[in-house]
Amino acid sequence: MFGFLGPNGAGKTTTMRMIQCVSPLTSGNLEIFGLDAMSRPREIKSHIGVVPQENNLDMDFTVYENLLVFSRYFDIPRDEAERRANELLEFVHLEDKKDTMTESLSGGMKRRLILARALINRPKMLILDEPTVGLDPQARHMIWDKLRSLKKQGVTIVLTSHYLDEIEKLCDRLVVMDYGKILVEGSPAQVIEKYVGSGIVEAEHNPELIDCLEKKEANYEVIGDLVHIYTDNPKQIAEYLTMECSLSKLSARPATLEDVFLKLTGRRLRE
Amino acid sequence: MRISEYFSLPKVSSKSYKVWQRNKDVFMKDIKLNFLPPFLEPLLYLSALGFGLGRFVEDIDGVPYANFIAPALIAISVMYASFFECSYSSYVRMYYQKTFDAIIATPVTIEDVIAGELLWGATRSMVNAAVMIPVIALFGLIDIRYALLIIPFAFLGGLLFAAIGMCFTAVTPNIMSINYPVLLFITPMFLFSGTFFPLSALPLPVQYFAIAFLPLTHIVNGIRLIGYGTLEPVLLFDLAWIIVVCAVLLLVSINMMKKRLIV
Ligand SMILES: Nc1ncnc2c1ncn2[C@@H]1O[C@H](COP(=O)(O)OP(=O)(O)OP(=O)(O)O)[C@@H](O)[C@H]1O
Ligand SMILES: [Mg+2]
Repeated sequence: MFGFLGPNGAGKTTTMRMIQCVSPLTSGNLEIFGLDAMSRPREIKSHIGVVPQENNLDMDFTVYENLLVFSRYFDIPRDEAERRANELLEFVHLEDKKDTMTESLSGGMKRRLILARALINRPKMLILDEPTVGLDPQARHMIWDKLRSLKKQGVTIVLTSHYLDEIEKLCDRLVVMDYGKILVEGSPAQVIEKYVGSGIVEAEHNPELIDCLEKKEANYEVIGDLVHIYTDNPKQIAEYLTMECSLSKLSARPATLEDVFLKLTGRRLRE
Repeated sequence: MRISEYFSLPKVSSKSYKVWQRNKDVFMKDIKLNFLPPFLEPLLYLSALGFGLGRFVEDIDGVPYANFIAPALIAISVMYASFFECSYSSYVRMYYQKTFDAIIATPVTIEDVIAGELLWGATRSMVNAAVMIPVIALFGLIDIRYALLIIPFAFLGGLLFAAIGMCFTAVTPNIMSINYPVLLFITPMFLFSGTFFPLSALPLPVQYFAIAFLPLTHIVNGIRLIGYGTLEPVLLFDLAWIIVVCAVLLLVSINMMKKRLIV
């Protein structure tokens, strides 16, 4: 499972669309399953399932018809399609909604149906662009479960998300990108280790503390009225600071992908 | 995009049939409602204009007024059906419903999608013609022996107006702006293409303009000739005009849509 992280407008969706062979490349080359994306889009697309960022279910049809109509685009024979559609509705727990028009589904149900739709062709690779956006915790956990079970079945999963815990939990490898460029690549643990160390000490900002940190040549960052000190050994640093710099308000915690993300892409809001 | 690229041959495959099929399935859901207009409209127009107004109108080229407008009613329906299908309806599917986005994530390409939409537009025209023919024949206004020929002719005419509608869909900034071609192009054609009075009543330059540039002229004339059972050579001219313009516009419309949608 491979994750793409990046601020709004970083180019994640654009990258996903290039992998899906729907957006053209302006330079470079792209191979999927060893096939060239520009010259063999039909073959590639027949083995890919897509959960797009924006819901695009067919509102002229019911839940079940959505799956059947979609199966025709892949030339799946009717009886096989019916079998798969029933299976998939069960897989995403939408059996009861079979004959509902898609407009009247809740946001979470729509996302689940899109996941089912993406699986109708038994894809070798599943592309998910922010699959759990706007979902409640139950629905998110359900989607995560499904993704893990698909991974076990050998499906390659490519995922973008703004929920960093989601990527941290699910992905084996990830990249952080910004302005269309890859900034880092690695497993979540590697990336955290490499860019912020395994732990973080948070302290209130004051000049005395900064002097103290400067003396020790510590790796720190000032964020508003907080100071983040990056370290592999938060406990020790915390103790050291309390003694040497006579500080009281401190907290030590393990570093997360969120810290890496903010450190790499800055804290300024994107348009 | 260079001009010549608008005329390049798009790679359309048989997958466009699946897109056609999708639209057909939606149509079939409301089949009763969809069949009502082509059934009802000729009845209304023929009563009001053909038999109502017609009583005060002399025969035109030796035919009673109702007989004169009956084939034009079919032609007008052919125009409206596919033009609206491939303008407003295609725009809704493309922009609001994101139907095209969903489909191109499958082995179906954007060219297939547009081709499927165009074929479907033409099918709508053909269906309308097929519903109207028996209604009109019931009044004895067309020669039923030749009337079946109108059906493939309606498909061809439908394809032409589907391509025209699709060209506007490709450039329109929003759905309201489709009103411009309707007001400035479709409505004048509805009135001035030899539909409710013969072209010969117009000033000569306008006649030439209509023959050269107004597609409906050729469809009205074609259906009229077939409907009267007078298959004169001039029908070949109308047919040739439609085929040539239709072929060009089909290419252009698919390439224009490709340009709009590939980002
Ligand atoms: N490699 C690139 N070079 C130049 N422009 C790019 C590149 N990648 C993306 N863009 C442009 O950046 C804009 C935003 O890209 P995109 O929609 O992919 O962002 P995103 O990461 O998915 O954002 P969000 O998190 O908001 O969904 C688009 O207008 C796109 O054309
Ligand atoms: Mg995006």
